[in-house]
Amino acid sequence: MALKPVALTLNGSERAAFTEDGENLLDFLRRRLGDLSPKFGCGQGACGACTVLLDGAPVLACLILAETAAGRRIETAAGLAGAALHPLQRAFVEGFAAQCGYCTPGMLMAAVALLRANPRPTREEVVAAIGGNLCRCTGYEPIIAAVLDAAGHMERRA
Amino acid sequence: MARHRGRGFAAINYPIGMNLGGDPSQALVHANPDGKFTVALSSIDLGQGMKSVTRQIAAETLGVPVEDVWVDTADSDTGPHCMGSFASRGTHRVGNAVIAAAREARAVLLEAAAEELEVDAGDLVTDGRGNIHVRGAPARAITTMAAAQAAQFRQGRTVSGRGIFLIPLSPVDPETGEMTPVSCFAHAAMMVEVEVDDETGEVGVTDMQSAYEVGRALNPRLVGQQLTGGAWMGMSHALWETTEPFYPDRAHRPVDFSAYLMPGPGDLSSHHISILERPAPDGPYGAKGPGEMCANPVLPAVANAIWDAVGVRVDDLPITPEKVLRGLRAQGGARPRRRG
Ligand code: FES
Ligand code: FES
Repeated sequence: MALKPVALTLNGSERAAFTEDGENLLDFLRRRLGDLSPKFGCGQGACGACTVLLDGAPVLACLILAETAAGRRIETAAGLAGAALHPLQRAFVEGFAAQCGYCTPGMLMAAVALLRANPRPTREEVVAAIGGNLCRCTGYEPIIAAVLDAAGHMERRA
Repeated sequence: MARHRGRGFAAINYPIGMNLGGDPSQALVHANPDGKFTVALSSIDLGQGMKSVTRQIAAETLGVPVEDVWVDTADSDTGPHCMGSFASRGTHRVGNAVIAAAREARAVLLEAAAEELEVDAGDLVTDGRGNIHVRGAPARAITTMAAAQAAQFRQGRTVSGRGIFLIPLSPVDPETGEMTPVSCFAHAAMMVEVEVDDETGEVGVTDMQSAYEVGRALNPRLVGQQLTGGAWMGMSHALWETTEPFYPDRAHRPVDFSAYLMPGPGDLSSHHISILERPAPDGPYGAKGPGEMCANPVLPAVANAIWDAVGVRVDDLPITPEKVLRGLRAQGGARPRRRG
């Protein structure tokens, strides 16, 4: 199988690695670039655990060919925190919105995309934004509450 | 064609740990030279909070700040044996083992401190903030770090402790079946409201009101988190989840989880939870285990609510729209139980 170089921007850094034909973006990020924050849940677009932002839009990394991300901007949960946690991360921690944490990186990225586009979402808009992300542990309610809480904090600061 | 509302109730006694006992867990506790403690367990934290709660239990028993305790559950090959994280047994079984191990370690810590302070170990107390002092004389003190270091480097002691908790396996009388199945029961009661669509057979849970009796809630936020998520899972078991969504031929069974239905964030029910605390005599600081019990009352309560709403009694889970529709057809339509 032919190896092809793919260069992209991952959480603000220029990164490059070889990819194989047919490799999806999730495997590329995890195996080639070592960013383990996006998770493999189903590999077929059913669970949202692999959600990353591609040029700012939430996508399921398991359904995207790595090659098609060449030259584009990827954001993952690993890039959210600066010196301090991102307000969404803080709200998840404070609101006990994670148990096993497997869904959390995908939930965070879906929520990041939502709050950028819509800093004051309603509960229904939060539900719609995370509607493609499955969680086995929390019953979703704490996650919805954490996203609304973070939105409140971010707005008060802005 | 209409939507019918119904209400159902269920109450449960929930046994903590393995039926008949015989499920030991071990813990090992030791001080490191920096005066911090490590608790070694093979009990896995899969998000339920095993590490947090055993850390609290160890700190409380040792008499040191919770920040000074590290729980290591990394490897069940090398750690002390545990039967596992199941049967809602973690807090109860492992917690008791941690208390036993921490008590033993604390006794050595106090002996080491006593030797340094030239007093009797029986006269020493901990302040929970990292100091050991003579009872009634806070000035005659040594830090836990200094005591641990003295033990390590001057006295040649290991500040460590071993703990095991075992409820011995109960015999079963072959004649009468008499046995002691369990030593510790938690309890729950729940009322749910559903809406049943008599045209599609769909059931939606619209509200849950519950009371869970958990012994002592050692970490109330973790308990609340488990109850919220677990009750949601109970709703999911009641109405959605099955490994055989297709039939009649088993060859049509799904091959992966994409056909395994669960409610998503758009299918939630409001849920008001009351946590009742009745400390268990044999529980670590009174704790029982909220684990599986969060889900259990939801299933019968939902089944009862459907019966209340349309008069259909489904005794086979999950209660899919198809089963509801078949029941409705068999009895010639909805027959709400509620009058007026
Ligand atoms: S792993 Fe991509 S959606 Fe499940
Ligand atoms: S926290 Fe476990 S899947 Fe969401």
